Amino acid sequence: MSKQAQHWEKSKGLLIMTLAIWFVFSIGIFLFGAEMNEVTGPFGYPLTYWFTCQGSLGIFVILIFWFANRQEKIDEEFGFSERGDD
Amino acid sequence: MIKGNFIDNLPKVYGIYTGGFLGFIIIMSIAEQMGMTAKTIGICFVAFTVAIYAIIGYLSRTAQADAYYVAGRQVPTVFNGMATAADWMSGASFVAMAGGIYFKGYGYMALLVGWTGGYVLVASLLAPYLRKFGCYTVPDFIGTRYGGNLSRFMAVVVLTVASFTYVTAQINATGTIASVALDIPFQYAVYVGLVSILLCSMLGGMRGVTWTQVAQYIVLIIAYLLPVFWISNKMGAGFFPHFMLADEVARIGELEQQFGFVKNAAADLKTVPKGLAGITKAHSAVNATPWAFISLALAMMMGTASLPHVMMRYFTTPSVKAARKSVGWSLFFIFLLYSSAPMLATLSKLSLIDPTLSTGIIGKSIAEVQAIDWYQNWNQANLMFVSDFNGNGTLELNEFFMGGKAVVLATPEIAGLPYVISGLVAAGGMAAAMSTADGLILAIANAISHDVYYKIIDPKAETAKRLVVARVLLVVIGFAGATIAALEIQGILGSVIWAFDFAMSGLFFPLVLGVWWKRANREGAIAGMALGLISGAAYLVWVRTGGSGFLGITQLTFGIFGSAVSLVAMVVVSLMTSEPNAATQRMVDEVRVPAGKSILGKQH
Repeated sequence: MSKQAQHWEKSKGLLIMTLAIWFVFSIGIFLFGAEMNEVTGPFGYPLTYWFTCQGSLGIFVILIFWFANRQEKIDEEFGFSERGDD
Repeated sequence: MIKGNFIDNLPKVYGIYTGGFLGFIIIMSIAEQMGMTAKTIGICFVAFTVAIYAIIGYLSRTAQADAYYVAGRQVPTVFNGMATAADWMSGASFVAMAGGIYFKGYGYMALLVGWTGGYVLVASLLAPYLRKFGCYTVPDFIGTRYGGNLSRFMAVVVLTVASFTYVTAQINATGTIASVALDIPFQYAVYVGLVSILLCSMLGGMRGVTWTQVAQYIVLIIAYLLPVFWISNKMGAGFFPHFMLADEVARIGELEQQFGFVKNAAADLKTVPKGLAGITKAHSAVNATPWAFISLALAMMMGTASLPHVMMRYFTTPSVKAARKSVGWSLFFIFLLYSSAPMLATLSKLSLIDPTLSTGIIGKSIAEVQAIDWYQNWNQANLMFVSDFNGNGTLELNEFFMGGKAVVLATPEIAGLPYVISGLVAAGGMAAAMSTADGLILAIANAISHDVYYKIIDPKAETAKRLVVARVLLVVIGFAGATIAALEIQGILGSVIWAFDFAMSGLFFPLVLGVWWKRANREGAIAGMALGLISGAAYLVWVRTGGSGFLGITQLTFGIFGSAVSLVAMVVVSLMTSEPNAATQRMVDEVRVPAGKSILGKQH
């Protein structure tokens, strides 16, 4: 397999992982919104309420930075990262 | 001033700017103590901030195509994040979001999840690849990837439909704020708002818009967070509201139990002024079905990833790597405001309905409430209303009505904050609406000037002529938007949500598959865009004219239907026609790696 194809395979793997996490916190947990809200979440808020106010939102922020770092590593591994800095 | 190593000096420049703005707030509060009237303070806030934006817009003037279209591709990640956050957070986010949460609770908060989760799609599926492509506009990508004028033109059509729906709402919002702050009739205020918007974008294009948006973000985030923290502290609810309002949320739940949600008779409701609503839904309990919540969130997420005015912000970063990081920063800056909106809604609601608080009005006598100063003010502004439906002389929960905007606009006054805060909030709302309107008008004008005029009609046009066309279009589109806004057809939020649905119906799959599916070809993309947009629009019309809809897809989520049609059409038609030529396939391979030259040249 060419270097480029390997790079793309790895990038796709990362994409699937990222979208899986995204799916859990944007859609998955809200299938059980009513049940989850019975549980007390962080800072004492009802759990589902907390996810909609802060939890999911914060996880998305972290997820994007995590994704960006992982993708950079993949690019570097195959020598596809850009020269120069940002 | 904005020359030479301006980029290196950004932190310093905006640091001084932020300090200056805080100083201005302090001066205003001293002036208030010395007896400056509320009206003068409001005018000062709006006029001062708009003047600053205009100066930035003037200093960013340019005669170069890549500066005009993509700010010269040198905007650092963090600043692009701020600019995107301002671009993104509209007048609706700023003024109406806390109100929506206040009235509708959980079911409405799907928007919070949707409007943030979409950025994960932007970061992982699109932004870095479109940045590598090196396009000026979103249709530029579609037109080059799929080839042909028709695909390019279709993308311009979808972009225009979605963005224009959105921009009228934003101009409407600038008009509303300008009319309140400057005390002029709405019909004129709309044009005052428009002129302010054009001052930022006309001379500098994307470069001007970028630097004003950063300035606008700073104003709007201060204007949103300062009151939330202040009110929370004043009420003794906790010095950091985000982590400390659990008791208040629980208390609202108790009060809801105690009062109950009494349903009003239809005849009684008729006496309530239009646009006002009472509290009829639980604050923190789950009050929507999973599908209602998820479908709305999903539509907003896919819409986010398809809206051109957001996507084009990532064309301005220096590199692909920077584009990815910049999406993270954008969402961080958005998160600061979005996570505060539910807190503001909580504080606002509790301060009004808790009879044990001095600001609480439920349980007081109607006459007493009607005598309160702030009630009279906001009643006059048509944002508050009480009526003794059951005739017992006491205000019940179901007898109190408020406009959605009042949560942001009136809560500072109700909580007893000085008027300077209300002036600040007006400036923040203005900044939010202006920045989004600028991004949208620029997206439309750039698409028409670059993709229709330059790429299709006159490919030999010189840069100077192209930029004249771009600026004329900017003004024309702005005026068209303002004229429609002046008609006041629909509410701010309704049209904002439609814009997401239109964008996702026509653009989501053609964009995503353009990068992720090599086999996608021109015929497929054209079918996807055309059928997606048409079927989405048809569904909207059908539901609006009394159609029952299916699968629980409402007029707010019609994009789910439109994009599904778009996906099927695109895949089927692509597979039925021949695969893209070798050059196109190579181009897709190129797009997938960050290294190397962009597909389109620096000047194109």
